[in-house]
Amino acid sequence: MNRITQRLSENKKILSIYFTAGYPNLGDTIPILKELEKSGVDMVEIGLPFSDPLADGPTIQASSTKALQNGMTTALLFEQLKEVRKSISIPLILMGYFNPVLQYGVEAFCAKCSEIGIDGLILPDLPLAEFTNEYQPIFKKHHLINMFLITPQTSTERIRQIDAISEGFIYMVSSSSTTGKLDGFGSLQTSYFKRIAKMQLQHPQIVGFGINNATTFSMATQHTKGAIIGSAFIKMLTQQGVGGISKFTATIR
Amino acid sequence: MNYNVNDKGYYGEFGGAYIPEMLYPNVEELRQNYLKIIKDDSFQKEFEQLLKEYVGRPTPLYYAKRFSEKYKTKVYLKREDLCHTGAHKVNNTIGQILMAKRLNKTRIIAETGAGQHGVATATVCALMGLECIVYMGEIDIKRQAPNVARMKMLGAKVIPATSGSKTLKDATNEAIRDWINNPTNTHYIIGSVVGPHPYPDMVARFQSVISREIKWQLLEKEGRDQPNYVVACVGGGSNAAGAFYAYLNQPEVGLIAVEAAGKGIHSGESAATSVLGKMGIIHGSKTLLMQTHDGQITEPYSISAGLDYPGVGPLHAHLYTSGRGEFISITDAAAMQAGLELCQLEGIIPAIESSHALAIFKDRKFKKEDVVVVNLSGRGDKDLATYIEYFNLK
Repeated sequence: MNRITQRLSENKKILSIYFTAGYPNLGDTIPILKELEKSGVDMVEIGLPFSDPLADGPTIQASSTKALQNGMTTALLFEQLKEVRKSISIPLILMGYFNPVLQYGVEAFCAKCSEIGIDGLILPDLPLAEFTNEYQPIFKKHHLINMFLITPQTSTERIRQIDAISEGFIYMVSSSSTTGKLDGFGSLQTSYFKRIAKMQLQHPQIVGFGINNATTFSMATQHTKGAIIGSAFIKMLTQQGVGGISKFTATIR
Repeated sequence: MNYNVNDKGYYGEFGGAYIPEMLYPNVEELRQNYLKIIKDDSFQKEFEQLLKEYVGRPTPLYYAKRFSEKYKTKVYLKREDLCHTGAHKVNNTIGQILMAKRLNKTRIIAETGAGQHGVATATVCALMGLECIVYMGEIDIKRQAPNVARMKMLGAKVIPATSGSKTLKDATNEAIRDWINNPTNTHYIIGSVVGPHPYPDMVARFQSVISREIKWQLLEKEGRDQPNYVVACVGGGSNAAGAFYAYLNQPEVGLIAVEAAGKGIHSGESAATSVLGKMGIIHGSKTLLMQTHDGQITEPYSISAGLDYPGVGPLHAHLYTSGRGEFISITDAAAMQAGLELCQLEGIIPAIESSHALAIFKDRKFKKEDVVVVNLSGRGDKDLATYIEYFNLK
């Protein structure tokens, strides 16, 4: 069984952390992963930095720019992750924009992920239709799960379509915004979480965008399977570096 | 072969809508409605009336006698430089503001590089009384102070894009981010035939008035509605899309797209996307774009701010790879000389973008009896500072 589906089947709320590979320092990827696993984080999204991250707010943008300046590339990230499965057992997801994947070659990219032990991908700008028309067989061949996003604006019909094609979890974007924009959840979010919960989807939902502390984590996971912290984690890394990780995750739950 | 967009939003293998889910409802709403709205009689009537009475269309198709004599062929200039606000950009912003109104949007956002599209957007927002926010790279704001002042006079809010390289591509990123954060009341007026489907097609349709006019104007002057060639400069490619549009599926009309070679194609400072670009995704479109081996989008260079976009519209990527279009790259130096030459031969100061199209005649020879239409996309007022510095005119 894929590590993602395995983890999703466990009876617990999931804390997932996003970080940008190559930030704050080029060589931080493995130390960050080790520290996250040690701190009891359930799943990790490793961000592949991109020059033009459309869906991201200033924090993740800045981390991407810095990571690229540090010299991060797709090939280097794969090199850093070559032996990751010797020390890390939690599910690992690569998250990034589609262009770097396209340039690496979708087939080669998926093959490499599979070889390393990556469990899934999140590519926000690879649309549903293009994925099913062109790339789904490649993902399947390499046993990679592709996660799709839904937002408060996504129609019921489209959510059903996404649920039907999903294999892991549905990435539930908490608000119509770029990353790191929200500061706390309001009634809009809670009614959205409830609305989706009522749909009784086949696949669990994990909430991303706007989760930055124990309160938002608990609100986000009340009606869903788990939550992802990105910008708030990057901010912590900026200030405290790898050494601040266990203290940070301890404040979340 | 058909060179128009297909029902999936592709031109050959280029196009599509590679957008995050957050943008899907906005883009889908537009995709489902744009053709219906454009084809509606009341839309057509209002669009045509504004083009006539506000923009000043039809723009003349002018036989450039002395220029023609010099290059021993028949050259007509399509005078988009005479449009209100000084360039073809306003054809699109008029169309899109009417579209936005019909979609009940109350807030308009736009990106701008040199400021021409920003001014054209601020203009139509003032005309319609709609809120206008223009994203502009921090570096461009410094380089293009007069256009920033124009936008402010017209009531627009100009927000500096401080991310990435702080120029047009980053301004576009910021506009897209704004749209993600304002998903219901906002329409994004993209300035060129770029972005996710249906933008390239919608903008091309609004700009197609250029070639529709060329057809009947040429018929009056030459007794035939087809020139041998249409020449236009290409950054994102909206003026070229408009000038080519009516001739796309008429292979007997040669389509010449002129890109900015900057300081030379292989100088490292160029914007010749067809030569230097590879297929990839930029601003939601699969097209040719300038990027590193690793898929990071790079910063182009041209002396002309309107041509330094790292991508090109998917229509043009298709024209290039299919061989339907002839692509020529022109250096800064050649463009500047051609601009000065048009001043001296015809008494017209062209935008530096348009000067690139005029510069091809030096090396690209035409037959004496050929009819060549050059789309003179904009006037040079905005470029005076650059001309002054380049030719030391102080």
